[in-house]
Amino acid sequence: MSFLKRLWRDKKLGAIGGLIFLLFLFCGVFADFLAPFGENETDLSVRLLAPGWDYLLGTDHLGRDVLSRVLIGAQLSMVVGFLAAGLATVISIIIGVVSGYFGGRIDMLIQRFVDAWMTFPDLVLLIVVVSIVGPGMPQIIIILGCLYGIAGSRIVRGSVITVKESMYTHAAQSMGASTMRILVRHIVPNVMPVVIVLFTTRVGATILAEAGLSFLGLGVPPPAPTWGSMLSGTGRTYMYMGPWLALAPGLCLTIVVYAINVYGDALRDLLDPRMRGVR
Amino acid sequence: MTDPLISVSDLKVHFPVTEGVLITRQTGSVKAVDGVSFDVRKGETLSLVGESGCGKSTTALAVLRMVEPTAGSIHFDGENITTLDRNAMRPYRQRMQMVYQDPFSSLNPRMKVADIVGEPLRVHRPDQPRSDYRKRVRELLDVVGLLPDMADRYPHEFSGGQRQRIGIARALALQPDLLICDEAVSALDVSIQAQVINLLMTLQKEFNLTYLFISHDLSVVRHVSDRIAVMYLGQIVELKKRDDLFANPEHPYTRTLLNAVPVANPDLEARREQPLIIGEVPSVRNPPSGCRFHPRCPDVLPECRTTAPGVHGNVACHLYAPNDGATLPGRTSEGGS
Repeated sequence: MSFLKRLWRDKKLGAIGGLIFLLFLFCGVFADFLAPFGENETDLSVRLLAPGWDYLLGTDHLGRDVLSRVLIGAQLSMVVGFLAAGLATVISIIIGVVSGYFGGRIDMLIQRFVDAWMTFPDLVLLIVVVSIVGPGMPQIIIILGCLYGIAGSRIVRGSVITVKESMYTHAAQSMGASTMRILVRHIVPNVMPVVIVLFTTRVGATILAEAGLSFLGLGVPPPAPTWGSMLSGTGRTYMYMGPWLALAPGLCLTIVVYAINVYGDALRDLLDPRMRGVR
Repeated sequence: MTDPLISVSDLKVHFPVTEGVLITRQTGSVKAVDGVSFDVRKGETLSLVGESGCGKSTTALAVLRMVEPTAGSIHFDGENITTLDRNAMRPYRQRMQMVYQDPFSSLNPRMKVADIVGEPLRVHRPDQPRSDYRKRVRELLDVVGLLPDMADRYPHEFSGGQRQRIGIARALALQPDLLICDEAVSALDVSIQAQVINLLMTLQKEFNLTYLFISHDLSVVRHVSDRIAVMYLGQIVELKKRDDLFANPEHPYTRTLLNAVPVANPDLEARREQPLIIGEVPSVRNPPSGCRFHPRCPDVLPECRTTAPGVHGNVACHLYAPNDGATLPGRTSEGGS
């Protein structure tokens, strides 16, 4: 309770971001009830209708309701965005902490592997993996998670090295605390600010990456309506005849990514005990 | 004369200097500590003093087994702890604790004071019920002069002096025998320094603690120590009782060090002997031959350049070798051991 109060009092923008995000989450979860039409229900007599009373956000070239598709899309995009970003964050923490804390030869080996991984262009890696295992949501989540996770581990590692050299870590070591305890009580809590920011930026990035993949036909297979595929598929093709096709998912994407970012910033500040009472 | 709690003999800590990325080869070593021997007796305060980089902190870290000694041995209460592994070391870790220099970086900013002070208890007595451990934390805060109700605050809410008290409370949690104070008051204001030093001295009497006190501040050292070891470039050049050292410094380095202490009276300051020391501290990677102090020594003898001095009485210096140096002032000392 006190956390929510503080959030509202000290971080208005972050609170609003959190609210917007909750709203989208709600829409995603209850999309099946909220959607006025089936997301793949076609009606060729109402093709490319502008937004109006019957179809609040208009219809696309097959006469599908854009609102329904955006709502269902929220579900898919959020699932992809969150699971992939979550996986990426977990991978970053594990690799970053092991590499940064243990150092020496282990660090050397892991970091050369990360170097090698980062020299591959993201897209090439994605295309290769998808062409081997075929498109689908679980694959996309795992691939994006690994891709961003391994790259992000560098940032966590840098932060871990700073914390590792701090005197309080030294104190814990000299009192004979177990390595696990040092990692869990001292290292991880103190790299959290970096991790939170990493996570929030990754949510936006994975949603966008999924959009890019869908555009190439390698994302979540059609006709499933992810925001990315709506934006880059039908949205682009009918940009002049029906700008609302791109506008609706594009705006949703922008708003959600922005909301998550401001909420993440607020979270980072509020979770830092030093920031208590500081505005 | 009581038994030594800590006995360090011929301790060497060398850090390898390597070149190359994949295939590394050792191209030299930093001899941070190079042949240091001393005892710390139960209940006394032994101070290590010297310029920065002389190896005082590394010596302390080696005693705590936080850096691996290259050679030599460390005995704690009669037991050889030089090569004990992590598990075998655990009981000894309870008995020696450290107080750190910087009160701002030595406390985890994300833990409450209760968790910081109680962490040693959590680590070494995990079965203790939570209420006992809360009670002990309150006791400890009281002992170091803080209010027990401060337990639920975070470190950033305290001043430097208070934070140092929290660090001391953490060090006392397991009722250790040895407290290593690494520049424990150097980061504090002079007025706060006095409070913390007095606290340390009171605690020493109350809990019968033994201190290994590391400092570069001679006025602090003079106040707290029973005996003082002066270090230069990884070696102890002089070790004796406090009053003896200040009244009768023998090693040329000790004399210059004591001369460098400013005097508060401007008239005396203008008239007193000026520091004799010349030049910079040489690199520990490539220390001078013979006596390590010879390039800067005002009383340098020919043999200083070639032969390392033996220990004569309490001093490692050729000037005090039995066959010469009789003409030099201030060598009549009955010693401190």
